[in-house]
Formats: sequence, C-alpha cells, structure tokens
Amino acid sequence: MSAILAVMEQRGGTLRKVSLEVLTAARRLADQLGASVDALLVGAGPIGGADQLGRYGADQVLSAVHGDFALYQPDGYAATVAEVARGHVAIVFAATATGRDLAPRVAAKLGVGLATDVTEIGVEGGKVVVTRPVYAGKALQRVRLDGATAIVSLRPNTVQPAESPRAGAGVSINVPQFTSRVKVTGVKAPATAALDVAEAPVVVSGGRGLKAPEHFKLLEELAAAFGNAAVGASRAVVDAGWREHGAQVGQTGKTVSPGLYIAVGISGAIQHLAGMRTAKTIVAINRDKDAPIFKVADYGIVGDLFEVVPRLTTEVRKLKAE
Amino acid sequence: MKIAVCLKRVPDTTTKIVIGPEGKSIDESGVKFVPNPYDEYAVEEALKLKEAAGVGEVVVLSLGTDAAQETLRTALAMGVDRAILLQSQGSPDGLEVAKALAAELKDGGYDLILFGKLAVDDYNHQVGAMVGELLGLPTITSVAHLSISGGTAEAEREIEGGIENVSCSLPAVLTCDKGLNTPRLPSLKGIMAAKKKPLEVKPVSLGSGTLATLGLSLPAERKAGRIVGEGPDAVVELIRLLREEAKVI
Ligand SMILES: Cc1cc2nc3c(=O)[nH]c(=O)nc-3n(C[C@H](O)[C@H](O)[C@H](O)COP(=O)(O)OP(=O)(O)OC[C@H]3O[C@@H](n4cnc5c(N)ncnc54)[C@H](O)[C@@H]3O)c2cc1C
Ligand SMILES: Nc1ncnc2c1ncn2[C@@H]1O[C@H](COP(=O)(O)O)[C@@H](O)[C@H]1O
Repeated sequence: MSAILAVMEQRGGTLRKVSLEVLTAARRLADQLGASVDALLVGAGPIGGADQLGRYGADQVLSAVHGDFALYQPDGYAATVAEVARGHVAIVFAATATGRDLAPRVAAKLGVGLATDVTEIGVEGGKVVVTRPVYAGKALQRVRLDGATAIVSLRPNTVQPAESPRAGAGVSINVPQFTSRVKVTGVKAPATAALDVAEAPVVVSGGRGLKAPEHFKLLEELAAAFGNAAVGASRAVVDAGWREHGAQVGQTGKTVSPGLYIAVGISGAIQHLAGMRTAKTIVAINRDKDAPIFKVADYGIVGDLFEVVPRLTTEVRKLKAE
Repeated sequence: MKIAVCLKRVPDTTTKIVIGPEGKSIDESGVKFVPNPYDEYAVEEALKLKEAAGVGEVVVLSLGTDAAQETLRTALAMGVDRAILLQSQGSPDGLEVAKALAAELKDGGYDLILFGKLAVDDYNHQVGAMVGELLGLPTITSVAHLSISGGTAEAEREIEGGIENVSCSLPAVLTCDKGLNTPRLPSLKGIMAAKKKPLEVKPVSLGSGTLATLGLSLPAERKAGRIVGEGPDAVVELIRLLREEAKVI
C-alpha cells in the first residue's frame, strides 16, 4: 500500500499542536488515496505526546533519534526526511518557521515541486490538488502536484485536529550520514512562554490607536483573560518599536487564521487585512466609525478603546470563570 | 566580498487583484510593479556588507520577462554594481526557478548569495532554500539579524515564540526577513549612474516542473459585518454574539 509521510514538529522534546493538524490533513488525504500514514518524529529522544499519534490517524510512528537533534538542525533534518520520504506518495509539512525552512530543502533533494502554505488538500483524478492563498491572501491559487511525491506544507490553524484511530505502530529509523553546514546554536525564548500569533486560536492585535507602547498592557490582560490568545500588532507600531516584529500581522508580517481576531485601534489598511482576513471571526474596536477595518469585521464596536477593552477583559474573565 | 542578490519583480502590495481572462493569473493592466519588498532587504544588506568590507562587487539577478529590467535598474540605482536578467516567462514551480538561478550562480565565485524570504506574489517561500540545497552551500532562511566576521555568519531567525541563533561559514546562502535593515531609497545621482551600469540579458529555458496551476480565484468576500454598538456598553452584546452566533468563545 502506498504511504503518506506526515512530518511532526516538536520543540524541547514535546510534540507541537500543529503536528496534530498536519497528521489530520495527512490522514484525510490518505483516506482519499487509499494510502496509509507514517508520522515522522525527529528529535534527540522520546517525544512527549507521541502516544497520541495513533489516535489521530498514524498507522506507523517513525522515530529518527540523533544526539544533534535536540534543536532544529536543517541539514540533518533534511537528510533524514528526504531519506525516509523515498517511496512515499506525499509528504505533509507544517508551514511553520521550521517547516518553511525544511520543506524546500527536502523538495530540492527529491527533485520535485513543493506547494507551500496550503489551506485545502484534495484529490482529483488520482492527483493531489491544493488551494493556497497568494498575493497576501488577495487571491486563491489551485495547484495540481504531478510529481512522484506530492510535497505540501499546511498553514497552521486551517485544519482542526480530529481523531481517527489507527495502530500507531512504533518503528525506529536510522538517521543517514549528514554534514551540518549550518548549526543552530541556541533558541532565545521570550520571558513569558507566549503563544505565537500564527498559531494561537485567539489573536488580540493593537495598532497606533493604543497611543503608547505601555498601553499594550491592556491587550495583554485581555489575551490573558482568554487564556489561549496571542497579542499581535500592526506594522505601524512594530516600526515604531513598540512591539517585536514577530507579532506583526499582515503582508510583511505573519498571516494568521485564528478562530477569533480582535483588532484594537487598527485602521484596517490593505496590507494589514492581507494577514488576517482568513480569521473565522473578526471583531474591530475603533473610535472612527468609517475605519476600513469595519468593512471586514463581523462585529464592530465604535468607541474609545481605553474604555471598551477593559470592559471586554472583565466580561471575558467572568465568562471564563463560569 | 562578492555578493549576489536575487530580486523578483512583483505587483505593488496595494494592488487590487483582478483575475485575468484565462483564469490562471492576474490581469496586469494598470498594475504597478516594484521590487519584492523582502529582496530590498537583501539588496540593502549586500550594499552594507560591501561598504563595510571596502572592496567587492554586488550583482543582482532577476528571472523574468524584459519588464524586469526596470526592477533591476532600481537595484542598480540603490548602488548595486551590475545586473543579470535571466529572460524567461517563469514557472509556477519554484524548483524550476531555483534550478535556473542556481545554474547561473554556480560558478560566480560569490561569498554570499542573498534572497528575500518570500516573494509577495506567489508566496512560495522556497526558492532561496532550494538554491542553497542545489548548490550544496550552507543555507540560513528568514534572517532577521546578521553579523559577519572572519568568514562566519551569525544569524537570528524568528521562530514561533522565540529567536533561533544559527551560524555557518561562507560562502553561504541567506534569505532575508523584515527587521534586518532599512532599505535605502535610490538617490538622484544613483538613478543617473544606474543608466550606465551593465545589465546583461541571458535567455534561459525552464524545465516543465511538477506543479500545474489549475486556476486563480478571488476569495469569498467576507459577509458584511455589523456594528454591535457604541462604547463599553456594547461589550455585553458582543460577548453574547461571539458565544451564541459565532460560537467562537
Ligand atoms: C509594502 C508595505 C507593507 C506593509 N505591510 C504591513 C503589514 O504587514 N502589516 C500592517 O499592519 N501594515 C502594513 N503596512 C502598513 C499599512 O499600510 C498601514 O500603514 C498600517 O497598517 C497602519 O497601522 P495602524 O492601523 O496601527 O495605524 P493607523 O492607520 O494610524 O490607525 C490607527 C487607528 O486607531 C484608531 N484609534 C485612534 N485612537 C483610538 C482610540 N482611543 N480608540 C479606538 N480607536 C482609536 C484610529 O481611528 C485609526 O483607525 C505595509 C505598508 C507597505 C507599503
Ligand atoms: N523570478 C525570480 N527572479 C529572481 N529571484 C527570484 C525569483 N523568484 C524568486 N526569487 C527569489 O527567491 C525569493 C523567494 O521567492 P519565493 O520562493 O517565490 O517566495 C525571492 O524573495 C527572491 O529573492
């Protein structure tokens, strides 16, 4: 039987949530192609959470363990994935910082094309066909993958992990010889283990309407009230140095597809909309009733954010306490 | 220091997208084209490194139609020494573009080959890393901070919720992210000088690749939203709608 390779992501020895999204997408594709799913774990030892992989649709769980793999190592990971991938009909990566680095390396090694950041995966006439946002989400491209192996990376938050129990049989894989031309020497984590805007189910973003960097505290409190939220920003405030670039949403920042996106004091410039228009539900809080953000917002409140946001935080806290 | 920069001509980011008659690409009439914003970071970084080294050459390459000459001239006006146009219609398969670029770059004797992290038209996010792999060179993607000394590059790249520190020796391939620098604007003197700088045109033919574009469409318009109310008193109704109608909390 043909098989699909689902490339799992871990950080610090723990499976990342996006891995279950990738696995779910791979399982659905496998069911359409009549294929099985191999979930591949690459790391320095056992991965916490790996026991769920059978439940989410892995027929086999392949483990490639190497002493150098505690952190991401591009050359070693790429050599391993390319080696394991031989003979698979498709490979599904996550379109994350790691997946975006790794997938093109593997595609070049295998000599087949790669469709990145896909939001839908299907099968037509026996071939894998995907949909991917282009022009910063202003258009959708449908692409057919004709290579011997269809390589795709899945945009985070576009597939809900769904259980589909399979055997999840463990198999250990030999890591091939590789030369580390590039070395990841460390990872600097921020002071708080904040969720990333590209992956959080709820994103609360602030713009120039916040007036000063210290006022982002209001949004951090709102995010904390949700519990599963990340704080994003418009480019205007990133360029002003109020927030890190990693928090920027939009054309030259991150593209996010959370369940709920709350834009606070953001006007809704086309380049900002490019990054968040695929959110399931959009809320805008702005004192200018004509601000363009209200054109894409499902729900808007016209008002002073300094009054509205604290009230919203209080109400969300109440709700969560219920 | 000999540095190559790969630069793509793309529609300006404010472009309103209209689908072309054949339904597979955009209607380019009236569209303003600019250098890919991420590639401008690459050009700026190359110029800074050359200036710091005091000697060297910066070469800019673009694969595209003749129209890309204008984009290359913009880079020349910023201070790049010479330009090469790989004349081609391009391909939906980034690997084919990467192969053509790699073939041109292979024997160029470059210490550094710089790319943008992604092109804002196709959002492929792949060509730089593919060229690195094809050339067998150390490759670091999405570089947001860079320091180079003694033939070693130390880079920072943003990952979800953190920064990854990565190092490699030169020659190397790097792809550039926002935050790396602030690209300079071409000066009037630069624009004049650019007219006389060498721009070589080389026709290339790309392989057919393994990706086929079936169609391009506009995303569904978001349903018209509504203003829930004014001021903090609207919050209670907002919460109710988020719970009962949108079912997101
Ligand atoms: C090539 C290019 C790429 C770009 N990429 C991006 C990108 O990735 N992301 C991005 O965001 N932008 C991007 N931009 C910039 C974009 O064009 C806008 O300039 C930017 O998004 C504006 O940020 P803002 O909404 O915070 O500020 P503004 O446009 O100044 O809006 C501030 C808003 O706050 C409201 N406000 C003020 N006070 C209050 C208050 N007390 N209560 C409530 N509301 C209040 C105002 O009514 C206004 O609507 C890009 C631009 C270019 C040219
Ligand atoms: N046609 C092209 N000509 C020159 N450089 C290109 C071309 N296409 C892509 N690139 C380079 O590869 C980077 C990534 O592009 P992409 O993989 O298409 O998102 C761009 O930022 C450019 O540096």
